Amino acid sequence: MAEAGSVVVSILFHGLANAMILYIIAVGLSVTLGLMGFVNLAHGMFAAAGGYIAVTLMGRLEFPFAAAISLAALAVAAASVPLERLLYARLYGAGELEQVLFTIGLIFVSIAVAKSIYGPLSQPFIAPASLTGQIDLGFGRFPTYRALIIVVGFAIIVALWLTIERTRFGAKVRAAVDNRRMAQSLGIHTDRLFTLTFALGSGLAALGGAIGAEILPIGPSYALEHLVYVLIIVAVGGLGSLRGPFYAALLLGISDTACKYLIPELGAFFIYAAVIGLLLWRPMGLFGRA
Amino acid sequence: MTATPALETRALWKRFGGLVVASAIDFRLEPGARHALIGPNGAGKTTFINLITGRLSASAGQILIAGHDVTKLSEAQRVKRGLGRTFQINTLFGGLSVLENVTLAIAERTGIAGQMLRVAGTHRPVVEEAYARLEHLKLAADALQPVRALSYGRQRLVEIAMALALTPRVLLLDEPAAGVPGGESSIILEAIQALPEDVAVLIIEHDMDLVFRFARRITVMAEGAVLVEGTPAEIAADAQVRAVYLGETHQRHG
Amino acid sequence: MVATATRAAPSPVDRLARRHRLRFHELLPWAAAIAVFFLLPDYLGLGANILIMVLFALSLDLILGYAGIVTLGHAAFYGVGAYTAGILGARGWSEPLSGLVAAGALAGLVGLVSGMVILRTRGLTLLMLTLAILFMLQEAANKAGFLTGGADGLQGVVIDPILGMFRFDLFGRTAYLYCLIVLFAGWLAARRLVHSPFGRSLTGIRENVARMHALGANVRWRLITVYTIAAMMAGIAGGLQAQTTQFAALNWLSFEMSGAILIMLILGGSGRLYGAFIGAPLYMIVQDVLSRIDPAYWFGWIGLLLIAVVMFARGGVLGLLDRALGALRRSA
Repeated sequence: MAEAGSVVVSILFHGLANAMILYIIAVGLSVTLGLMGFVNLAHGMFAAAGGYIAVTLMGRLEFPFAAAISLAALAVAAASVPLERLLYARLYGAGELEQVLFTIGLIFVSIAVAKSIYGPLSQPFIAPASLTGQIDLGFGRFPTYRALIIVVGFAIIVALWLTIERTRFGAKVRAAVDNRRMAQSLGIHTDRLFTLTFALGSGLAALGGAIGAEILPIGPSYALEHLVYVLIIVAVGGLGSLRGPFYAALLLGISDTACKYLIPELGAFFIYAAVIGLLLWRPMGLFGRA
Repeated sequence: MTATPALETRALWKRFGGLVVASAIDFRLEPGARHALIGPNGAGKTTFINLITGRLSASAGQILIAGHDVTKLSEAQRVKRGLGRTFQINTLFGGLSVLENVTLAIAERTGIAGQMLRVAGTHRPVVEEAYARLEHLKLAADALQPVRALSYGRQRLVEIAMALALTPRVLLLDEPAAGVPGGESSIILEAIQALPEDVAVLIIEHDMDLVFRFARRITVMAEGAVLVEGTPAEIAADAQVRAVYLGETHQRHG
Repeated sequence: MVATATRAAPSPVDRLARRHRLRFHELLPWAAAIAVFFLLPDYLGLGANILIMVLFALSLDLILGYAGIVTLGHAAFYGVGAYTAGILGARGWSEPLSGLVAAGALAGLVGLVSGMVILRTRGLTLLMLTLAILFMLQEAANKAGFLTGGADGLQGVVIDPILGMFRFDLFGRTAYLYCLIVLFAGWLAARRLVHSPFGRSLTGIRENVARMHALGANVRWRLITVYTIAAMMAGIAGGLQAQTTQFAALNWLSFEMSGAILIMLILGGSGRLYGAFIGAPLYMIVQDVLSRIDPAYWFGWIGLLLIAVVMFARGGVLGLLDRALGALRRSA
């Protein structure tokens, strides 16, 4: 019985770490989708970029862990600005098909670029010495780094929610997601808002990719491999929502871990079936707007 | 002796959670009517139209077309019962030609639109009827132009042609003159005045010239409910109506 | 000024009513295909592959180009068709024509059921659902190794001679003609569909679905119908692939395959019926050339090509041709 109990706890723990990373990566897409209505299938490439930069800084340049992660996030956020202004913005009025095609093209380009710079293999992630090993949390022993992911993940999420719910910037984002034309007539500069939000989402994705490199290894096809899960979180959670994707990420992260551990013969089949069921029950997502 | 109304709503309600956008609306539209629906912005006129056409489902109450209860029917099913509408913003097949737009409407009406086995060209009468309708509305010269290439006023005319092509018994016109530049608004007016006699027409409009020239009866709405209903003369004299419009600027065209 | 005997210009009614008539240039693809058979006998294997991709892309054009359904899961039907024909061939049912029919039927059934379920939604939700179904089927094929061969693919597919007479030869001649005839039949069916009132109503759904509802059209059933037909066609393409290569690969049921067929259609031009005929060969040739010049990163160049097409040539090759012809006519 204690065996089963510890299995459950283990699944919950690792599932939670999984969920944290997935959420931090995906939340930017949810906000930009809700805000600009832009289907950015290439969102995962920001996470990959964050992972690559962090690994390079820590590995070859021996930056300290926190600095590497932060710099990676900031660098990607900054780089996303010209990308958004010069390319994405031209397609805001375009149809869904054009956006899908454009972002598929971006995915392919990003994979080729990553492969040409770093080669086809995944990057080895070496956690800082202070964070390796295991930690005793009272109800079991768990890898220290994963515990850190959960704690840091929560901190980032709380900071994000406070930003969106308490600041002026956040209020503008919420207003514009609710009703873009109304927001414009209220004098909110939607262009600048789009760019800032895009940068925030990309930076967060980079953060998630960098911190989560231990769970989701950084390789050239990262953006493609994790595309489905990121889309699931956003679609099931609800576009433009902050909370919805969090619960979706929890569901997905924990079920994915559970399925891989308990029924590896069936793999992710049930997860996809469940996603189909959920989306048919609530086409707008759990917390989406009609 | 009262004939069956072409369109009727009984105690129609619509709530979004705690917000009531339509309250206890009783409405009758007689066959062949020329009826206008007016009211300040936010009065719920478009909501009412959307409830009638089925884009919004009613929270309570009944909607009847020629005596048949259509409250539970979908938008497309209500169209099959004789309802036609134009939209406030042109809702046309922008990339297709004007002739094709109207042909599609007639194809739906005559039921051939589901046919896969014979080519569309063999249904020549459908195309001919479409062209005849365009001639009637003086749109024939643009027949092969893509709709989005037409001036806004002429697009509004195509919008009306589409609704008429369904030979509806009830026609709902949602601000037909909206957005039409002054120089073109006369073509809209002409088209509205030339509507078939046996069609019951309900028109939402802000342009009071058009309303008073066209309507035989007027319903005034405010805050989701019917305020008053009567002939144009009665409405023009009504103190409540003037109060509700105080501060509103009328749009005058021409 | 009257020069020669003038014919009255066709009336608008005539123009619209005669649009379905066969035009000369519509025979060019078939002339080219037959020419390839005689002039390029060493390339018939690649040729058959291209013909299959044309059929596959054509099926996508019906739902994407005509009905406006944006899907990333179309490879699901291709894969189902391939595995059906492949499994039949590997398990003793080697008659090709009935195997092909079975492939189309099963893929069509999957299309019907999934269409009934997901075509109530639109936008990102619909896109997501098409992906979810694709991944679900891929996962099923991956895990059901006893049936499908799993990640290694389905081996041991045996196909009898067609009609008992035409053996699949080493040069791929039978395979090429087999694919050509099936593609021709598919083209006839697609062409008839597209020019029918049903097909015309699909363009209405694509252009403005709100207006279609307001015209009384049962939009959902139209979409389900065309989705099922397209699924059948894609399944037949997959079946052809399995039968002619005597193999079925897991990555035929993949996002990459869905993406590739989407790119093929867009390159040629969607909603024009012939975009598939231009885009599929173009993509296959470009891919062949690129993967020889730059075997590691050829897909990056495809990505750039795709971005360029979206930015500057949204109508694909056919769109560019239109623009060129329009410019020529204006300067004449």
